[in-house]
Amino acid sequence: MAAMVVTALTAAPGLAGAQSAEERGRAVAEEADARDRGWGDEKSTMRMILRNRGGEESSRELRRTGLETDGEGIGDRSIIVFESPNDIEGTALLSHTRTLDPDDQWLYLPALRRVKRISSGNKSGPFVGSEFAYEDLVSQEVDKYEYRWLRTERCGDLECEVVERYPRYENSGYTRQIVWWDTAEFRAQRVEFYDRKDVLLKTLSSEGYQSYGDGFWRPHRMVMQNHQSGKSTELVFEDWRFGAGLTEDDFTPSRLRRAR
Amino acid sequence: MNAAARFVGTAGRVVSTAPRVLLAAAMVLGVPAATAAAQGVEAGAEVEASVRAFPADPLFPGQQTAALSPSVVLSPDFELEWSDRRWRLVGEGFARLDAHDGRRSHVDIRELGVSYFGDRFTAFAGVGQVFWGVNEVRHLVDVVNQVDGVEDLDGEDKLGQPMVSLTLESDWAVLDLYYLPYFRERTFPDHDARLRGSLPIDGDPRYPNGGGRWDGGVAARAFRTFGAVDLGLSYFGGTSREPAFEVVVAEGGQPRARPRYDRIDQWGTDLQWTGERTLLKLEAMTRGGHGDRLYAASGGIEYTLYQVLGSDGDLGLLSEITFDSRGEGAPSTLFEHDLFLGGRWALNDPSDTSVLGGPLIDLSTGEVLAVFEAERRLGSAWRLSLDGRLFWNTDPSSRIHGIHRDGFLALSLVRYF
Repeated sequence: MAAMVVTALTAAPGLAGAQSAEERGRAVAEEADARDRGWGDEKSTMRMILRNRGGEESSRELRRTGLETDGEGIGDRSIIVFESPNDIEGTALLSHTRTLDPDDQWLYLPALRRVKRISSGNKSGPFVGSEFAYEDLVSQEVDKYEYRWLRTERCGDLECEVVERYPRYENSGYTRQIVWWDTAEFRAQRVEFYDRKDVLLKTLSSEGYQSYGDGFWRPHRMVMQNHQSGKSTELVFEDWRFGAGLTEDDFTPSRLRRAR
Repeated sequence: MNAAARFVGTAGRVVSTAPRVLLAAAMVLGVPAATAAAQGVEAGAEVEASVRAFPADPLFPGQQTAALSPSVVLSPDFELEWSDRRWRLVGEGFARLDAHDGRRSHVDIRELGVSYFGDRFTAFAGVGQVFWGVNEVRHLVDVVNQVDGVEDLDGEDKLGQPMVSLTLESDWAVLDLYYLPYFRERTFPDHDARLRGSLPIDGDPRYPNGGGRWDGGVAARAFRTFGAVDLGLSYFGGTSREPAFEVVVAEGGQPRARPRYDRIDQWGTDLQWTGERTLLKLEAMTRGGHGDRLYAASGGIEYTLYQVLGSDGDLGLLSEITFDSRGEGAPSTLFEHDLFLGGRWALNDPSDTSVLGGPLIDLSTGEVLAVFEAERRLGSAWRLSLDGRLFWNTDPSSRIHGIHRDGFLALSLVRYF
């Protein structure tokens, strides 16, 4: 399947015209997805820096572990643990994501030693006060969107496929997004988010991609700029590690108690 | 009642990088300091300054009359891990110094114990903290730890419980097993303190079944998720954490309320159905040992309006209702047939500002306890909170009447290190 897509995109550009813009857009997304298959599990630490319009900053440190999961309609699993600010240290969020159905989420509140199942309907609200919405941070399964290829254009030193996508899942805060995937490695270099009134809301820029393990590209830095509020959030990744041998057992509600 | 913002709850644990003291402690405990340092020693503390304001004068002569009652808290904690994070030692201490309540000035070990993490099990020995349940207002099934009764009226501050525990993970459920060798008595306000109730509370409790504090207990809980439903089933056999009170006459002819701790067996269940905007919750339990077997259930609904009025904030509407069959002779609670109607507003801002509040209404008497909790982070290391507990319409014949003039507002500032 992935091989066919590669052929359609790269070996026979002349045939691209035979595809509709929708098919071609989806083919790009499938290629990006296929190239990121097989990473298994990952651990990363990151610093999240929130800036308001006046330039005031506040930051959080987070530790994230993720597990790649196969299966129809099932997305990846992750645990995010907060290391700072100190008043929320040890707070942990477990997510079992799904492509179209609502995700399952549990929150661990360390002060009460309480694991609490929470509703996942709020996909578009700010994640811990940042410019990232929860829906921006979860795994981007191909079937979450419908696609339309727009154009191919220069993006910095690279060439990018520019594809518009429309969320198929419920409760999204966006009518559409425009993604710039570079043609070299199909990494998302830039994403524009249009709000429910179809006005440009945010732009996400990803930089400093490095290849880990068997060619899994991860960014060093992501910046989400909100054009309407003037606020921005920067995510700086300090460490990516793959292949710790994690299993589904490591991503259960009871394990949240030992995640800290 | 924990006013959790959507993702981030109230005061968490505290960590900063390893001070030398803890490396020394690690060596004393037989852990090579180099290993400990390499694998992560984390230590920190919370320091809190707070003041309670009592708007009304006390009901009983001899009770403290100060309208403002300050106190300070020091709560240090540490954690160290070794052997590829298979082993973990954690500790958390608590000390409060209160200007007007000699018994609220107290020290406790909230947690101090060692865990071993196996592939599909966890073993723990030491002093621990355990939470069972799904409700926000009444915690009917949460019976492992004793309540630190001088801290608040909500029962969410708990004394450290000595225990050996084992968590077993299997494909059908997660099973927690506890042996609880030692019983902790509930803490109560001093004889002359606010919130003590109608009678001064005697310091020497009665254990009608003998045994006393060293009469051990056992507890177990099975937990499993069925799609949108999380289900817990629990058992507790041991000394009741809730005391009943008997009136005794102390030296000098003064009447006192003397706590009585019965041996009980309690079966409980906690259940939550989680939808995209709605949570449905139920806690139920049955308990034998206080005379007639008692039954209690507390159910609730939480409905959240996301990004309310175009803001980033979420407004959760929360209601919980409790029915309790307990009669004379069983430990009384402030409310037996009560309804909570409230809201939780989480602003989802960088300071994690949240506000929770509402009335808890006794459906049989019409008595009301109004609850209010607001908090936000200041800078990166401080947190400010304002809590209110105020009584209305109390019935002179009820237990709550003895504290109805002790409603308060508490302003607290916490520094995290």
